Amino acid sequence: MATTADQFQSHADDHDHAHDADHKPGFFARWFMSTNHKDIGTLYLIFAIFAGIIGGGISGIMRAELAEPGIQVLGWWVEFLGGGESSMDLNGHMWNVFITAHGLIMVFFMVMPALIGGFGNWFVPLMIGAPDMAFPRMNNISFWLTIAGFCSLMFSMFVPGGTGLGAGTGWTVYAPLSTSGSVGPAVDFAIFSLHLAGAGSILGATNFITTIFNMRAPGMTLHKMPLFVWSVLVTAFLLLLALPVLAAAITMLLTDRNFQTTFFDPSGGGDPVLYQHLFWFFGHPEVYIMILPGFGIVSQIVATFSRKPVFGYLGMAYAMVAIGVVGFIVWAHHMYTVGLDVNTKMYFTAATMVIAVPTGVKIFSWIATMWGGSLEFKSPLVWAMGFIFLFTVGGVTGVVLANGGVDDNLHDSYYVVAHFHYVLSMGAVFSLFAGWYYWFPKMSGRWHSEFLSHVHFWGFFVGVNVIFFPQHFLGLQGMARRYPDYTPAFQYWNEISSYGYYIMAASMVVFFVNIAYALIAGKKAEDNYWGEGATTLEWTLSSPPPYHQFETLPVIEDHHDYHDHLSTKA
Amino acid sequence: MTIGIHASTLQRAVIALLLALGLALASSAAFAQTPAEAPVSVAADAEADVAAEPDASAASSGYTPMKPTEGKGMPVDGAYGFQDQYSPNGQYARWMHDAILIPVIFAISIFVLFLLLWVVARYNKRANKVPSKTTHNTLIEVAWTLIPVLVLVGIAIPSITLLAKQYESPPEDAVTVKVTGYQWYWGYSYPDMGVEEFVSNMSDEATAKANGEPFQLAVDNRMVVPVGEVIRLQITGADVIHSFAVPSLWVKMDAVPGRLNERTVLVEEPGVYYGQCMELCGARHGYMPIVVEALPRPQFDAWVRSQGGNPEGIVEETPVEAVSEEPAGEEATDETEVADEAAAEAPAA
Repeated sequence: MATTADQFQSHADDHDHAHDADHKPGFFARWFMSTNHKDIGTLYLIFAIFAGIIGGGISGIMRAELAEPGIQVLGWWVEFLGGGESSMDLNGHMWNVFITAHGLIMVFFMVMPALIGGFGNWFVPLMIGAPDMAFPRMNNISFWLTIAGFCSLMFSMFVPGGTGLGAGTGWTVYAPLSTSGSVGPAVDFAIFSLHLAGAGSILGATNFITTIFNMRAPGMTLHKMPLFVWSVLVTAFLLLLALPVLAAAITMLLTDRNFQTTFFDPSGGGDPVLYQHLFWFFGHPEVYIMILPGFGIVSQIVATFSRKPVFGYLGMAYAMVAIGVVGFIVWAHHMYTVGLDVNTKMYFTAATMVIAVPTGVKIFSWIATMWGGSLEFKSPLVWAMGFIFLFTVGGVTGVVLANGGVDDNLHDSYYVVAHFHYVLSMGAVFSLFAGWYYWFPKMSGRWHSEFLSHVHFWGFFVGVNVIFFPQHFLGLQGMARRYPDYTPAFQYWNEISSYGYYIMAASMVVFFVNIAYALIAGKKAEDNYWGEGATTLEWTLSSPPPYHQFETLPVIEDHHDYHDHLSTKA
Repeated sequence: MTIGIHASTLQRAVIALLLALGLALASSAAFAQTPAEAPVSVAADAEADVAAEPDASAASSGYTPMKPTEGKGMPVDGAYGFQDQYSPNGQYARWMHDAILIPVIFAISIFVLFLLLWVVARYNKRANKVPSKTTHNTLIEVAWTLIPVLVLVGIAIPSITLLAKQYESPPEDAVTVKVTGYQWYWGYSYPDMGVEEFVSNMSDEATAKANGEPFQLAVDNRMVVPVGEVIRLQITGADVIHSFAVPSLWVKMDAVPGRLNERTVLVEEPGVYYGQCMELCGARHGYMPIVVEALPRPQFDAWVRSQGGNPEGIVEETPVEAVSEEPAGEEATDETEVADEAAAEAPAA
């Protein structure tokens, strides 16, 4: 590895002597033709916030509709979005379009771009002491493919999708609802959107793998890499192995829809369940793709604010590898009710429960890192601790759902909705905000308000718990997911759940006020504003870092632990 | 919420309007693809007309749909656990959830919460000025790997037992009900007893209220089964994937086109048990409920006769054609035929 890094260093020297480190191209060239990992990371973050507003707004429509039995708000949206006069079928279809869009936006255009595209792009090169990503132009096309995918998805909402406008198939796009069950171009556009976003992610993944394997600063062995870099490395491998399977599955959907193939059509010898196997072979690793970078962020933050190295560093790194590997062999627990045979169900029950072990190692190691530490409750740590607890809650309901026999009652109920929102809306999103408050001054050079960050935390914490905790009860009582309407016996908890949304939404206003405050009037941030606990390489740089950093590569001294000392400044 | 509050006064009227529209569509365009549907739809409309007298449709049969018991076999507002279970496997599963899983997951969550609060109290900057340098402790790392493994093994044992119970084969003479999911209603037939497929549509709000049933769970024609016997459910889908789910019987099985999924269920008490479709199947996914009515054997036999079937089973000599002589050809009893139907319908959809 060292030789590679040396070669790269000489290469970098050849290039950069002519430029001043902070020479920036003009506006259009800088933001539309960018090859700079920090600018591309910023673009990803801006895009993720934009997509998050749309995806989160849709969940607001959903909670308003579910606040009481009957159809209240969907009819207005049918007419507003040009679907014609509101009717029972069009309202129901509108609902399906909303749940589809909410799922796809939050997964592919909010969480993934923010965690991997945003923080991954920004901080992987900084943390390994690299001047940029390995393939800067490919980095740019990854971003713009994601944008194109988002446009395709948005466009799908305004073209016919069978009953009404838009793709109403759920984010899982199950055949035959997505093939013979949805006539019209909307589903094709939604599928194409996944192709584009998937291609962008595959390119991004190859970029991260190449960067991390080849561009670490001299002396930074794999076992000295910060855990965030480890998490992105594992995530990149998951993306690289899982997304092509999704691409294959949805391409088969396209040909079933348009070219008379019958991969998933029993009348031609196909099988709808085959699609589910392919989808979840991608889909289960996908949930780890969304959470692993969050694990990495939380590890950095917990260590920083404990002023203590991460406890059990190797265990933490290899727990992520284990989660990644096991994540590929548990997919059919999403399919317990399709008619699997008993041995298959027993295997997937056992395999799924195994994932709790490395996840437990991570939870306990984070707590052990704090144990004996000197904790400073700055906003990133508060968000990270919220993450640890809520992810635990989401994890234990996962253990309940892992049991194939119990899942016979809970499958596709609100219990599942509550479970995956605890691990995503509270797991992944809490880690996102933790990372945001941890690195925002580093990225922008300006301080947010710590007070508002705490207000945001408590509002969001209370809000999402009020939204999602009662949904466990609804699921246990048998309320199905993806229903716009329900029998009056489900009203009580649904109403409470909808109140939670308003609390959560109010806290998001605080978040945006905080950003505005920081950008307009924020104090200037120092290089290492978190003090001695922050030991990774990004803290050796200015805030914001120079446009090109590490023109002279930092050298990591051969100490016992990478946290102990980091030497050279850029 | 505001919109909801404004609408609440108009809610009933809106629902009634939408349902009327839905029914209008039901009897014409939307269901036109299934020939067998038309008469049943008409029957449903007729029943709606005489909502005050719910058993009118079954007047000639001697079968009267059972009144549901409040809170039995249906969700209860504000409840926070599983519905009461009326099948042995459901009771075992519920026991496993309530007696094993719930204590374990509460213990883990509270333990983690306690540890977090402890570090907040004990290891904050003021209480502990100098951080320790400990980064390893092999014993504790082994412990927090092995103890969860043991806990999981403890969970796996009843879990595997439950699965084995759920997959026990039914006796050969078990009552067989063939369940077919359609967009957006259910079809039930009893092939061994010669009960031809009948269709089960959601009742409108007025009818449900008049019959003392929960709206959006009540249907016009129920799936009727005998109490205390193992019932073999054979479940398939005609167009897209649906899911046949009755929470109080711990049954959920996808209705997949081209597959015949088998599930057994034993209902311990007479009663009315409500369920819903639980796999996204299109615009009216939320409006295709399931009602299972469990009756003592004599009443069940009477119901079978009222449906034109023979509870003793079809006599061996009876030519199969006699059974399938109905106009619709809806009684598809094997996968191929279902698949053919799906194929025939695909272009139409």
